[in-house]
Amino acid sequence: MSTYNWDWNIFFEEVATGGEKYYQWMLSGLAWTIATAMLAWIIALILGSIVGVIRTTPIKWLAILGDIYVEIFRNVPLIVQMFLWFFVLPDILPETAGNWLKQDLPLPEFFTAVISLAFFTSARVAEQVKAGVMTLPRGQKSAGLAVGFTLSQVYLYVLLPMAFRIIIPPLTSEFMNVIKNSSVALTIGMLELTAQARQMNDYTFHGFETFTVATLLYIIVCFAANRLMALIECQVRVPGYVRGDR
Amino acid sequence: MGDFDFDVIRRSLPYLFKGMEYTLGLTFTAMIGGIFFGTLLALARLSAIAPLSLVASGYVNLMRSIPLVLVIFWFYFLVPLVGQWITGAPQPLPIGAEKTALVSFTLFEIAFYCEIIRAGIQSIPQGQIGAAKAVGFTYFQQMRYVILPQAFQNMIPILLSQTIVLFQDTSLVYVISVTDFLGAAAKVAQRDSRLVEMYSFVAVIYFVMSFALSRLVRRLQTNIRIAG
Amino acid sequence: MIALEKVSKWYGKFQVLNDCSTEINKGEVVVVCGPSGSGKSTLIKCVNGLETFQQGEIFVNGTSVGQARTNLSKLRSQVGMVFQHFELFPHLSIIDNLTIAQIKVLKRSKQEAIEKGMQLLERVGLSNQSAKFPSQLSGGQQQRVAIARALAMDPIVMLFDEPTSALDPEMVNEVLDVMVELAAEGMTMMVVTHEMGFARKVANRVVFMDRGSIIEDTTKNEFFGTPRSKRAQQFLSKILSY
Repeated sequence: MSTYNWDWNIFFEEVATGGEKYYQWMLSGLAWTIATAMLAWIIALILGSIVGVIRTTPIKWLAILGDIYVEIFRNVPLIVQMFLWFFVLPDILPETAGNWLKQDLPLPEFFTAVISLAFFTSARVAEQVKAGVMTLPRGQKSAGLAVGFTLSQVYLYVLLPMAFRIIIPPLTSEFMNVIKNSSVALTIGMLELTAQARQMNDYTFHGFETFTVATLLYIIVCFAANRLMALIECQVRVPGYVRGDR
Repeated sequence: MGDFDFDVIRRSLPYLFKGMEYTLGLTFTAMIGGIFFGTLLALARLSAIAPLSLVASGYVNLMRSIPLVLVIFWFYFLVPLVGQWITGAPQPLPIGAEKTALVSFTLFEIAFYCEIIRAGIQSIPQGQIGAAKAVGFTYFQQMRYVILPQAFQNMIPILLSQTIVLFQDTSLVYVISVTDFLGAAAKVAQRDSRLVEMYSFVAVIYFVMSFALSRLVRRLQTNIRIAG
Repeated sequence: MIALEKVSKWYGKFQVLNDCSTEINKGEVVVVCGPSGSGKSTLIKCVNGLETFQQGEIFVNGTSVGQARTNLSKLRSQVGMVFQHFELFPHLSIIDNLTIAQIKVLKRSKQEAIEKGMQLLERVGLSNQSAKFPSQLSGGQQQRVAIARALAMDPIVMLFDEPTSALDPEMVNEVLDVMVELAAEGMTMMVVTHEMGFARKVANRVVFMDRGSIIEDTTKNEFFGTPRSKRAQQFLSKILSY
């Protein structure tokens, strides 16, 4: 690639539009990526757990509702979902609500991205939670009921504590997915990390350096998320318990 | 609400259809390429030759740690440069976004199909390899006649599920302005100011197609379980 | 204490319980036995409402189990149950296993609950294991803890669903010993089991089931002496040969 002009110092140059250095663009993008991912992840965990639990209750219509929820959010691409939240929702709501969304909502790209990503991910979390609860031996529910727990107490004190421990590995994957999927928010104008990298490339034409740094940053963030979940798994591990042991 | 214009959808159907053709073409290409090269990559990962296995693992882990959008940008930027380097041209080759997308998606999916196939190969009992060796098969013959056929049979539902995911992921070519199904709808939406109608339509079509395919895969899974 | 009147249950078209009627009085120990698939586990699970039934009635201390407005949670807190696979809560320590239901269901204070829990652990011979977790104990130890967990609720009756069937032979006795003591203290017990030695020792009555029906319901001595039905005779001869 003899014609390619390598220049790692590009990050320390001032941007074409003046004022900042390019590396600040990248850091800004990184900050938005992390903020979006973390907030969306927390909401997704809460929503997804509720839906996952609902899908395992013996109340038939409630379980079906949960299944429908999951199917809806799993069968439409994330970018399409974001467009629906960002472009379609404000137009189909009643006037006052729609106008508020269009004009008065602060940081509209950020909040739309977070909500959209949260709902998308919650469906996948719900799958994991349902799977986790179904893996538990049937006798656990019986034992919980037998000591006089109500059904919600059985979920709260017996089933969910173990189910969540069991699903930490697949949840770790989902956490990493949230971080990667936050990049889709660039399509609704949010200047997260990938958007900043593209923008920087557009101005400087130093694609290699730009995209390499973006790549490294994603790898680092994903790795950190992975380690965080591993730490959590260590902390909540039940002494002596081996999965599948009876 | 209330003035939902169904007509704009009806009028743009031919254009949308062309977009869907691209979407399906991209899906199919990435699937075939992904499975073929994914198999080779899986074998590389499982091989006893340490450097090969390491490189293969490295590639898979890399593709799984970065967003698809970034991969799309990478190859959009890189492919013309590689083309220039290979052909010795004075300028980067003007390879269109549509073609670079084919490269991006195929190379991305290879990593994911690889993991599925690797799991499939590892799920075949050791005894099968022993039996294959015992009749005198070479490594490649063992793979070709004994291990891979069995692995694939077990893995078909999961491979198809990954393809459904891929089908939905192709919508991301939007970021390099390719006119796939979503891209076509977006163009109509912006030109005619009919975002609600077009994007709703896109969502419904994706939903119907993905849902139908995933039901099919589930039925396939039960059938395989019964037969196997 | 427990009254079953013409209880029948179907799984779809298949009938698993056929017109079962029996009574267990206060202080009695009744052993329910029979071949696999006879419905004995299903029957005992109907007593505390873990299984539903379509026909008949079950009364526990005067409260109807089948009626919609019965507070099952309250009923179950008075009925202790011990399961074949112990079913201790794996994420809780032994002492927490014993106290959680006391605190959440009976609304006892933590102090009270721990005191009671330690008392019962002492009684089953495991007081030094209170801080351990279930998967760190042997099967026999886990089952003894399970019995203590049930007793922690101060039940009026104890149900046992094949309590020793999942245990290695050398651990069966440690559990049976606890159960024998319990019987001696006057606890009302309904025990589904294959352990005929136990039955001969402590049971007042034996109920024999086959294919969903109660075939025999007699005193212990009559059952082991001269059971009237052919099926019961067959059963006894097969399992008593060792």
